[in-house]
This record gives sequence, C-alpha cells and structure tokens, in this order.
Amino acid sequence: MSDDVRVESPGPAGLSLDERVFQIIVQHLGAKPAQIVPDASFIDDLGADSLAIVQFVMAIEEAFDIEIPDADADQLQTIGDAVAYLQQRLEG
Amino acid sequence: MPHSARERRRIVITGLGCVTPLGVNVASTWEGASTGRSGVRPIESFDAGEFSVRFAGQVPGEVRVDDLPSKEARRLDRFILLALGAAQEALRDAALVVTPESGERVGVAIGTGIGGIQTLYEGYQSLIDGGPRRVSPFIIPMSIGNMAAGYVAIRLGLRGPNLCHVSACTSGAHSIGESARLIERGDADVMLAGGSEAAATQIGLAGFGAMRALSTRNQAPEAASRPFDRDRDGFVIGEGAAVLVLEEEGHARARGAKIRGHLLGYATTCDAAHVASPTEDAEGAQRCMRLALADAGLSPGEVDYLNAHATSTPAGDPAEARAIRAVFGPHVDRVAVSATKSMTGHLLGAAGALEALLCVRALETGLLPPTINLDQPDPECALDHVANKARQVRARVAISNSFGFGGSNATLVIGRADV
Repeated sequence: MSDDVRVESPGPAGLSLDERVFQIIVQHLGAKPAQIVPDASFIDDLGADSLAIVQFVMAIEEAFDIEIPDADADQLQTIGDAVAYLQQRLEG
Repeated sequence: MPHSARERRRIVITGLGCVTPLGVNVASTWEGASTGRSGVRPIESFDAGEFSVRFAGQVPGEVRVDDLPSKEARRLDRFILLALGAAQEALRDAALVVTPESGERVGVAIGTGIGGIQTLYEGYQSLIDGGPRRVSPFIIPMSIGNMAAGYVAIRLGLRGPNLCHVSACTSGAHSIGESARLIERGDADVMLAGGSEAAATQIGLAGFGAMRALSTRNQAPEAASRPFDRDRDGFVIGEGAAVLVLEEEGHARARGAKIRGHLLGYATTCDAAHVASPTEDAEGAQRCMRLALADAGLSPGEVDYLNAHATSTPAGDPAEARAIRAVFGPHVDRVAVSATKSMTGHLLGAAGALEALLCVRALETGLLPPTINLDQPDPECALDHVANKARQVRARVAISNSFGFGGSNATLVIGRADV
C-alpha cells in the first residue's frame, strides 16, 4: 500500500459517492454505463460471479477506506444496495 | 510396451498453434526458426537493472485471442493467456468443429513448469503490503498450474479429459505423449496437447539466476543462447505456449482432416540422481530415446532429424550429446541435430511442445531449423549439427528430447504425414 492520503467521499475529482461506486463497477465488473441502474443485480444483470463480487467489495473497501464484514457484503445484491449501504456507513 | 505399434490406435497431428518469442503464431514462429532469427532481447516488462540477467525470450507484441471479454482477460495470468492463444490457433488449424456432443470426446492437456508465478508474486505483495484482506480472490484460480488447460476447455467447450502435467522442462513433451496414450486407450478421440510458460518475471529470473543456471551475456542477448558452442554459459528464459491437436487417425480421416504428421512413439524415464543436473552418461536420457524408438517400432538408423533438448548449459549439452552418440552408435552421422532453443530461449514447460511443433514443420517443409550461435562447436558435443543455417533434407522421421529438473526425461518420435 502506498502512502497516499486517503480521502473521504466526495472523492477524487469531486465525484459523488454514487459516481465513485459506478466507476468501480465499470472497472471491476466490466459493466457498460447503460447497465448502471439502481435495480441492476450484480449476478443476474451484470453477469458477475462470486469471485468478481468479492473483488468488487475489496475495491470498495480500498476506495472508501472502510472494512465491510462478510455478513454485510452478502447482503449487497444490487447497485442500489451497495450505494445505500455506503451512504449509511459513511454519512448515516 | 503395452501394445505393438500395429494393433493400437494410431495418432495423427492435425493442428498446430503457438505463441513464442519468434512470433505470435505458427507462421511467424516458423519464419523465424527456419531463417535462424533470435527472439531473445532485453527485458521490457520490468526494470531489470539490479538483475544479473537482464534479457529473455519474450513474445513480440500483443497475444491475440478471440472472443475474450476484457473483464475476463484481466483475470488471467499470462501463462493462461498464452495457452489460450496457442490453443485457439491449433483448433482453427485443425478445422475441428466442436459441438456440445462431440466436445465430450475432445480433451486438453496443457502442462506448465511453474504456472502463474507472477500472480502468486503479486498476491504475496498484496499480503505483505495490506494484510490478508487485500489478497485477490483470483490469486488461486489464476495461478494454479492446471488453469491453462481448464480455461482453454471453458472457452472452447472441450469436455473430455482435462489434465496438466507439471514436470519442469519435460511438461510439454509429457503432455503430448500422455495425451497420445489417452487416445490410444480410447478415453478421447482428440486431445489439444502442449505447454505454456510465463516465467520471464522478476522472481523467475532471480530464482534461476540464483541457481547460476542462466547465461549472463547481457552485452549480447541474441548471442546468449548457444547450445553445443564452446562459449555457452547457461540457458536463456523464454516465455510462450505451443499446442498440437492429436487425433485418432480414423477420426481424422473420417472428417477429412489435413494430416500434418504422425506421433509414432513416446517414452519417459527418470534419472533418479539429482534435482537439477544430468548424470555424466545421461543414462536416463539414453534409455528414454531407446524406449521411444522401440515404441515407434523404429531403429536408430531410420531417424533423420533430432531436435535436442540442449539448453546451452555447460553440463547439460555434452551429456545429451554423449547420450545421442550412445543411442545412435554407427548411425550418428546420418541424424542431423539442432537445438532451436538457440533462437527461442528455453520455454521451460512449453519447450517440449514447441519443439515437437517445429519437428512437424521441419518434416512438412523439408527444412531443418538450425542451432544459431554455434560458432565453435564444443568437441565434447560432437554431432552432425545443423549449424547457423537451416538445412534442406527430405526428413521422414524426427525425434524430440525433453529433460527436466527432477530428473525426468521424455522423447517423442514424429513421422512425416506420408510415412
């Protein structure tokens, strides 16, 4: 890990929380921008497998500098779930 | 020998594919090998400034694979990607249409010496830097040795036997020989067989360097791999993959496949002596060549070309030369010998597969690829060398030797299509 100063949301380049999540989804799950809707299921709509979801959660943890317990991660089925969870953890 | 050559199922070669330091397909690789070009050059993928060895045989340019989503490509270790490129070319070359039904009779055996060594290295870095929670879930599936065979099967729908022979630099030859046995037994009709290696990495170079196994000719990388030459000082790591389509002869003829060659014989033995060094008389290698010729039902006098394992190490090359002289006896003058590692570097677990592929091309074209950099042949390595320039010979039978750490030996006997 580098010595980069970690920034809380809003993050780099002034992106909002959900924009940062969307960016990570595009990078790690290979989703197309048109697929980024709150109801999109990681498995059914974005074609992610269980390993890809683990990697996505790790990327979220790193980007937002938080630790997401496995039990919480298991509840994140859709893009909306992930955004709501992060809002609650970071802003709630 | 379980069966005589006559009564068992005959194996033909119907497809070739490779990605090597000489080129990203068979055509460019053969162009390089038959013109005596070197694929060895300074390391580009990382800063090798602190390394005692700063060059390797590296694939020139991007590996082309069909229909691979980019999110999948990011998950693959390079040895899997190289294998997929070679396997796709081989299957295309064989013009074999795989259906859900026929796919059950098509298997894959792609060996590797080390597997995903770069993925493991990066995973270890993540562990050290960030702790266990930072380790990627893809570390294990990307680095395990059998994932080249597994992933090729997934992409191409090949649902027969799926295997990975891990026997260091004998892996590729073992994959081909043991795949032939599977077809002979009737376990499959077609096997994609070969090897893949992507160990021209920091830990790979450092590890082999620490063994003092590598040439350190940094001032002239293209001249570093010089098997049988008096000034050889070690081998050169190469990366790449090669895959042959092996097929039961009746199956191939029934579908009108182009027969590229025959796999006539195979044998494997072990030195049971030292982890990395050959024995003085290379008894294990001698016995391996004799058994392979017996398996093919051929005598030494019927062999025209021998693609030597010869890696350019001080001890290995003369040991193999002695073994060849012992096996071929009075016929040694009529078998032309070359070491194509002089051009490709040593592809480790893929070497045996690439060299079998080059034997097929040599038999098809009547052109024997040379040993380059053979300026002053070592008298200890006296043989009929194809030195520096390809030689035109209408060869009918070729044999390819592979020897690996752990003392394993394998010899393949390959016949021209019309033999």
